Amino acid sequence: MNPTKSSAISLRVNGETHSLTVDNRTTLLDALREHIDLTGTKKGCDQGQCGACTVLLDGRRANSCLQLAVAAEGRAVTTIEGMADGERLHPVQQAFLDFDGYQCGYCTPGQVCSAVAVIEEHAAGWPSAATADIRPETGPPPLDDNEIRERMSGNLCRCGAYVSIVRAVAEAAAQAAAVRESAGDTTPDGGSGSGTVPAGGSGARVTA
Amino acid sequence: MTAPTVSAPSTPMAVPSVSAATAAAGTTTSPAPTRTAGSSGAVGTSRTRLEGRAKVTGAARYAGEVPFAELAYGWLATSTVARGRIRSIGAEPVLAMPGVLAVLHHENAPRLKPGVGMMGPDATLQILQDDRVPHVGWPVALVVAETPEQARAAAEALVVTYDEEPHDVGFSSGHPGLHTPDGGPRARTDTEKGDIEAELAASAVVVDEEYTTPEEYHTAMEPHAAVARWEDGRLEVIDSNQGSHAVAQDLAKLFFLDATSVRVRSEHVGGAFGSKGLMRPHLIVAAMAATMLDRPVRVVLTRRQLFSMVGFRPATAQRIRLGAEPGGRLRALDHDATSFSSTINEYVEQSAQPSRVVYAADALRTRTRVVRLDVPTPSFMRAPGWAPGSFAIESAMDELAEKTGLDPITLRLRNEPEVGPASGLPFSSRNLIPCFEEGARRFGWTDRDPRPGTRRDGRWLLGTGMAAAAHSAGTAPSSASITAEADGTFTVRIAAADIGTGARTALTQIAADALETPLKTVRVKIADSDFGPAFLAGGSMGTASWAWAVTEAAAALREKLALVDQIPGEGTTARADTTELVMAMRGQERYAFGAQFAEVAVDVASGEVRVRRMLGTFAVGRVVNPLTARSQLIGGMIMGLSMALHEEGIRDTASGGLVNGDLAGYHVASNADVPVIEAGWVDDPDTYNPTGIKGLGEIGIVGVAAAIANAVWHATGIRHRSLPIRLDRVLTAGTAIENSIGGGAVTY
Amino acid sequence: MREFGYMRATDVTEAVSLLATDPEARFLGGGTNLVDLMKTGVENPALLIDVRELPLDRIEVADDGALKIGATVTNSDLAADPEVRRRYPALAQAVLAGASGQLRNMATVGGNLLQRTRCGYFGDTTQPCNKRVPGSGCPALTGEHHNHAILDWSEHCVATHPSDMGVALAAFDAVVSVHTADGPAELPLSEFYLPVGDTPHRETALPPGALITGVTLPAAPVAARSRYRKVRERASYAFANGSIAAALDVEDGTVRDVRLAFGAVASRPWRARKAEQALTGGPATPEAFAAAADAELAAARPLTHNGYKVPLIRNLVVAMLTELTQEDAR
Repeated sequence: MNPTKSSAISLRVNGETHSLTVDNRTTLLDALREHIDLTGTKKGCDQGQCGACTVLLDGRRANSCLQLAVAAEGRAVTTIEGMADGERLHPVQQAFLDFDGYQCGYCTPGQVCSAVAVIEEHAAGWPSAATADIRPETGPPPLDDNEIRERMSGNLCRCGAYVSIVRAVAEAAAQAAAVRESAGDTTPDGGSGSGTVPAGGSGARVTA
Repeated sequence: MTAPTVSAPSTPMAVPSVSAATAAAGTTTSPAPTRTAGSSGAVGTSRTRLEGRAKVTGAARYAGEVPFAELAYGWLATSTVARGRIRSIGAEPVLAMPGVLAVLHHENAPRLKPGVGMMGPDATLQILQDDRVPHVGWPVALVVAETPEQARAAAEALVVTYDEEPHDVGFSSGHPGLHTPDGGPRARTDTEKGDIEAELAASAVVVDEEYTTPEEYHTAMEPHAAVARWEDGRLEVIDSNQGSHAVAQDLAKLFFLDATSVRVRSEHVGGAFGSKGLMRPHLIVAAMAATMLDRPVRVVLTRRQLFSMVGFRPATAQRIRLGAEPGGRLRALDHDATSFSSTINEYVEQSAQPSRVVYAADALRTRTRVVRLDVPTPSFMRAPGWAPGSFAIESAMDELAEKTGLDPITLRLRNEPEVGPASGLPFSSRNLIPCFEEGARRFGWTDRDPRPGTRRDGRWLLGTGMAAAAHSAGTAPSSASITAEADGTFTVRIAAADIGTGARTALTQIAADALETPLKTVRVKIADSDFGPAFLAGGSMGTASWAWAVTEAAAALREKLALVDQIPGEGTTARADTTELVMAMRGQERYAFGAQFAEVAVDVASGEVRVRRMLGTFAVGRVVNPLTARSQLIGGMIMGLSMALHEEGIRDTASGGLVNGDLAGYHVASNADVPVIEAGWVDDPDTYNPTGIKGLGEIGIVGVAAAIANAVWHATGIRHRSLPIRLDRVLTAGTAIENSIGGGAVTY
Repeated sequence: MREFGYMRATDVTEAVSLLATDPEARFLGGGTNLVDLMKTGVENPALLIDVRELPLDRIEVADDGALKIGATVTNSDLAADPEVRRRYPALAQAVLAGASGQLRNMATVGGNLLQRTRCGYFGDTTQPCNKRVPGSGCPALTGEHHNHAILDWSEHCVATHPSDMGVALAAFDAVVSVHTADGPAELPLSEFYLPVGDTPHRETALPPGALITGVTLPAAPVAARSRYRKVRERASYAFANGSIAAALDVEDGTVRDVRLAFGAVASRPWRARKAEQALTGGPATPEAFAAAADAELAAARPLTHNGYKVPLIRNLVVAMLTELTQEDAR
């Protein structure tokens, strides 16, 4: 068997399908930046060590630098360019802007994508390394500053905007909680042994 | 910023400039102090970043993100030996690989003009010029291909052989190669006042310790990137740098080009911290390849390459000797700073600088020595000299406070100088004491029990510490133009850079006030070498220098507009250049000051140290945009936290390379490491530079590592004199507190 | 990175047979380690068999109470699973401490077991490394090794296994399920990793061409009272300098059952059986915990710069077991 070294794939990005032929070596990150001209997703280390390349894959945050494009075929990709609703910024974007949750801006798209996912992951009842008691009976911990810090730690910011980032995420999370509450969806699931959070399930509010 | 060939003086630049102790005569020709109040009132009010929307939506394009038709991709191959000569480069088989367009190396690359450099001849610019290998990670070839994947694979496949020579990468304060830097008259490496030995001998209390800091790396999130192309007879470059005009000038010289035939732009820059101050190899090879292939070529450094090609803060070893009276007054202050540079450039980390500025002492001596090793060339990194130097002197002052039984702030107040301790020149302003007072009040310092090891929270021992901070606040010549457009708006053009500082927004505020026009009518265009000379975003001098040029241009424009009835279609433009004004400034000591406070928790059983809170109070002149100023100060403090606890480039003596040259190995603070941090400022009027701006890009990092180390001592009773305060060091050192609160913490 | 072919497998048998078509083929799971190693040139596969979409993404409770975890279950799903959190909390904690949220969403259980060491010399192809290039030497022995092994290393290699998840699995007697051309097979985790010896490049006892299909955790009541603690050089997003998974069952001050495993001390997750033996049936006191740790660590052979790991692990054992004792008493 001699499979080819490149592949014709279709990538669903921000709801739009792109047909392209990629070198199998091409990462999703490079496919976005070099093939589809979506350069909002950043390359900080290209090794999964900084988080600047964070996108949502089937609604879950992922490092696009470690994701081969060919292996992403059939999956929904949401990038920073797909976050805003037309001219209206996503609440997380707006909070980053308002609280100055960035300086040079290079880690920012990854931070924003990650924060959007953090809020969803928390709402789905996922614990974190900062959660003191992870038993499902205890329910999800409040998304306090320590929880946000831990959950956002896969996104390095060398300018040191962390203090404002935490404020921005807290603000956006509070808004999201208020929206859920007004929609009558008051209790995050996952807190009472309702089963494994399904892939692309509760964490998949933002989809392409 | 300073020439690698000279040491980093307190005036860190070689272009005509004024700051600190090097200024010359009168300010009579300078303009009236800036119109601040009474105009549109933009300065001093918080504004979100003008490019903020572009940044949070991903629309802002950085240097490596601008698309071009026919773009080719360059990938550098780097040396694997620490010293030697290239014996052979196996270009042939690589040229046969798919998509490969060219392999550039020392035998076929365009010749560059020797001796070029922003601040003197810079050997790091002489890329692919000869077979000499000065360190691991030196660029030895550029492979250009149609796609990045092809370029990378080909660069990795390139076989380069070397004639290896013995190397030396081991630094210590006892290295026999340490010498007085040969940096020319501007490089003040040594100062001496009084009889240091006599005063030490006569002192009732003496501190004599060595403090060390490791190699530290800028690690800006955006890797250095450039795309170069020829268009209409000009070399057009988009580059990631801190000063497009200076880079364009050097690029022109390097390639034997007319200065007007090179244009460099860098609209958005993803962090720099000094690493993008000078021209870097990626740009040079991109320009070479674009010239040879006559098509656009992009070169982006890999994260690993960044650890050998764009500078770093060299390790330092600093001996501090303090001699004091029982009441704490200093009779002697001796700061002996050593560090290293490469074999090709003599960069000097001026760590003794803070000791020339912060404390009065009867006898004051500073010495700076350097040794040349087979390592990459170090360079300025955020608060060069000031950051590592303050760790040493501010730690030593804490030790003196302990020995004299004085509160650390009281000790500092007793050594407050009237004039520059080394220079004897007056300070343009010095509001360090208000920083101590305001900081202490807000931090709750006055309630502190000075005895170490008195507080505990579960497994954590708690302690607090503080340190003073100072950083030079210079001004350099810059030029700007402002066009009054026919539609009533204004366009400001200045080759400033916004590397995350908020400069674009701040300059818009400055211009609006200077023009007495609403903010929304002002459009500031930056980072284009065609806009004329401007100082780079560095040395905490960018905004102060640019703002002066902008206010001068605004004044000139207003004069011009007063004479015209109607603005023509192409607008009315006025230009200003502050070179003469800056040259005419009188000699004074001008600095930003600050007081840093930290509370830490230490688990001596695991060695973990966590910073629980930090507070910094600063005197930084006029604050243009409180929102972004606070971000910048806090950002500096976080880098200081990172320096204190995490950062350390680990060099392998056998190979000469870094063992941890990536972001998993070289730890910078993550979000979870960073607690609540407050930054604020005190009134600090200072119109020595008529804008009143001092710059605050670097003061935030200064003193933080000492404040944290002092807090660790307060928690545990153990002095950590080597950074970073790693968990193995803490664990091994344990605690000096007998039966520390509730039983021994180290062993059970 | 050299060119490679890519194929996506849809069932286990197909995956195993596809791998057999090329001696330089590798399975691709989440890719968080393999793709990185391909970029640094440590791994150079000619063919990738993508197994991420195999139907191995379930976590199920078997009739005997064992927990069966599929090989492609992501770290995130594993850590969020209520059964895991309730019955094996140390496992959930280990996974949560193991990587960033992004990486945990990508990384799979099977891949985690097979991840390679983070030794800086291993990851740098310009350096000698016996694990990467057998016979080339081990610069870490005399070079940078402050985070290398203290237990069971050889002069051929002093690297550690980086997994956090594996430490918890080791404590809970996990069994690895594999599939080969001959069909399914099982391999206890205790036999999964090979001793370093003079073959550090041979890391596991996986038969050639085998695919990991899952991990089974036997029912163990003691595991419900377990914890994982990781000590590292920053508060998050870093590999361990030392870690511990501990489970403890105390009755009337006597240790009825105990599980202990250490991370970042050896070439594999280190099950501390000597310490467990010393503790079982004895008093649950800090002194006994320290003595048990000493019994385990008596075999430690620290290098020049990693001796701190001995007191670190000892202190962690005492602290964790003390905490669990106090919890038990409540």
